[in-house]
Amino acid sequence: MRILVVEDDPILADGLQVGLNLAGMTVDRVESCADARAALATSVFDAMVLDLMLPDGSGLDVLRDMRRAGDRTPVLLLTAMDETPDRIRGLDSGADDYLGKPFDLDELSARVRAIARRGAGRAAPCLVAGGLTLDPASLSATLDGMALALSRREFAVLSALMERPGTVLSKSEIEDRLYGWQEEIESNAVEVHIHHLRAKIGRGAIETVRGLGYRIRTAS
Amino acid sequence: MTSLRGRLFAILLTATGLIWLSAVVWIYSGTHRELEHVLDTRLQEAARMVNSLVASTGMTTAIAALPGPPPEAAGYERQLSCQIWSFDGRLMARSSGTPDGRLTEAASGFSDRIVDGEPWRIYTVANEAAGLHIMVGDRLGLRDRLVSDLIKGLLAPALLIAPLLGLLIWISLGQGLRPLRAMANDVRTRDADDMSPIDSTHAPAEVKPLTQALNGLFAKVETARRHEREVTAFAAHELRTPLAGLKTQAQIAMAAEDPAVRQGALQQIVLSVDRTTRLVRQLLALAKLDASGEPQAREAVSVGAVFEEITDSAFGAALHVTVAIEPVLRELTVQASRELLTLALRNLHENAVQHMPPGGQITWRMTASGRGIAIEDEGPGIPEDELALVTQRFFRGRHKSAIGTGLGLAIADAAARRMGARLILTNREDRPGLRVEIETGA
Repeated sequence: MRILVVEDDPILADGLQVGLNLAGMTVDRVESCADARAALATSVFDAMVLDLMLPDGSGLDVLRDMRRAGDRTPVLLLTAMDETPDRIRGLDSGADDYLGKPFDLDELSARVRAIARRGAGRAAPCLVAGGLTLDPASLSATLDGMALALSRREFAVLSALMERPGTVLSKSEIEDRLYGWQEEIESNAVEVHIHHLRAKIGRGAIETVRGLGYRIRTAS
Repeated sequence: MTSLRGRLFAILLTATGLIWLSAVVWIYSGTHRELEHVLDTRLQEAARMVNSLVASTGMTTAIAALPGPPPEAAGYERQLSCQIWSFDGRLMARSSGTPDGRLTEAASGFSDRIVDGEPWRIYTVANEAAGLHIMVGDRLGLRDRLVSDLIKGLLAPALLIAPLLGLLIWISLGQGLRPLRAMANDVRTRDADDMSPIDSTHAPAEVKPLTQALNGLFAKVETARRHEREVTAFAAHELRTPLAGLKTQAQIAMAAEDPAVRQGALQQIVLSVDRTTRLVRQLLALAKLDASGEPQAREAVSVGAVFEEITDSAFGAALHVTVAIEPVLRELTVQASRELLTLALRNLHENAVQHMPPGGQITWRMTASGRGIAIEDEGPGIPEDELALVTQRFFRGRHKSAIGTGLGLAIADAAARRMGARLILTNREDRPGLRVEIETGA
């Protein structure tokens, strides 16, 4: 799951990046409205955590512009101004959720997962494909009821494929889910992860569509 | 006297009483004089009447001796007494109730005498033809009684009316002072945070200055309160973000299994505590600057000693910033509040350090006019459109530093103003960087 964090306070932004990362999310972090707009224009995010008071303007303006342009990225507003009228204004401007500072990191993670899930058009917290079940909250996986040990990256690749069952994901689309901007991408990393996954969940579970990418097989 | 009504009542009552009293004195003396005149004329006429009777009846000394009836108690009905004496000293005739003794020795005209212990006023006519003295007199005591009865007649209704008048004055005062009471009621019953102006459209002209003064005070209090609310809200807001950072980092430290991640989080916590401490210190400094209305005591302050103090602190030491202070500044002594000067210079210094690249140099020098101190840093400077804004509280511009609170320049500005100086911010012309001057107006 790839998340954009827009927060200008360096310590809090670092905390969000590290904390959401611990919850299995890939986090990109920007500090201003301008950078947020640039990030949204170039990458696709599963959700966005947006601070309201930014050095070059209000996060609400970014949010309104996004919604006006038809951007459906789920947005959680994070702000020190958490009086009821502020919350209402934020939600009515197009936000999906609202959290006042200071907040609980686990709650923030859960809310981000929730808005990302809804953004992807799902209601069930767990991802299911065939005998395979992924729980994004606990980062745990089961295959036919048996616990499955997956690395963080493997879990991310698998959940990216399972979020859109039957859809073919290209290698670069999977890479986008795995790596933030600052991270070095090894050229054959995706192939390696797919290879390891097939060894764990069965050869036929992930189908290679030649020239296009990969697809999860829904029926076992 | 604290009650306006009681005070007015006393004044009005005293004034009314005095007017009455002087009216009574005036009427008394006027009446007395008039009565004297009327009664004297009556004496004169009565004496002349008797004289003309004597002359027409041909009464002589021989036939005038008649015994009179015994005297009766004197009332208003027996006012005049008459005696007729012959020139050789015999009492020829007298009216009833007249004393036996000769009323007067005067040969003619008015005379006052004491007869039988009573003061009398007598008019004497000498009848040369008959050889008789005709004397008509009345008791002065009677006259006085007449006057005093007259005054009593005047005073009695007045005394009866006095309490009524007092009551009337009291009620009228109450009515007259009703606008004041209404205003007091309005102020007393309003809520503690209701600072709306008092409606003075119907207030009497005498009360208007008071309502205007009160409304002015309300407006001032309201402005101060709004300012306080804004600062408090801002402070709360500014504290929430570092608190959120602290909590997040603490939760990471608890949850992280990777020692490197935990170590990083703990370092961020220490950094955040330092930063938050500084923010709280600055908020307190601002609150103190706002609160103390009285001017700070001036003393001879050694600028060199202040520099020792502010550059000595560990702040920014890790950045390897060098500080150059012009020698003339170290020797300088100024008349100022030591506390305010230190506050202003420290915040300017910290602001400069925050924006410095590692290894840069901060320069403190005397301004060209010789009346101010300037600091120059080698940071990015401030965009021209933000120069006027950076002294606002919590303003952090595009060139903000990671550890800035947005308060440093605001504090320096406030402290400078309190010292009667002003802050002049310019971007350096010789190289990127900010130059801030504290210039005293004098």
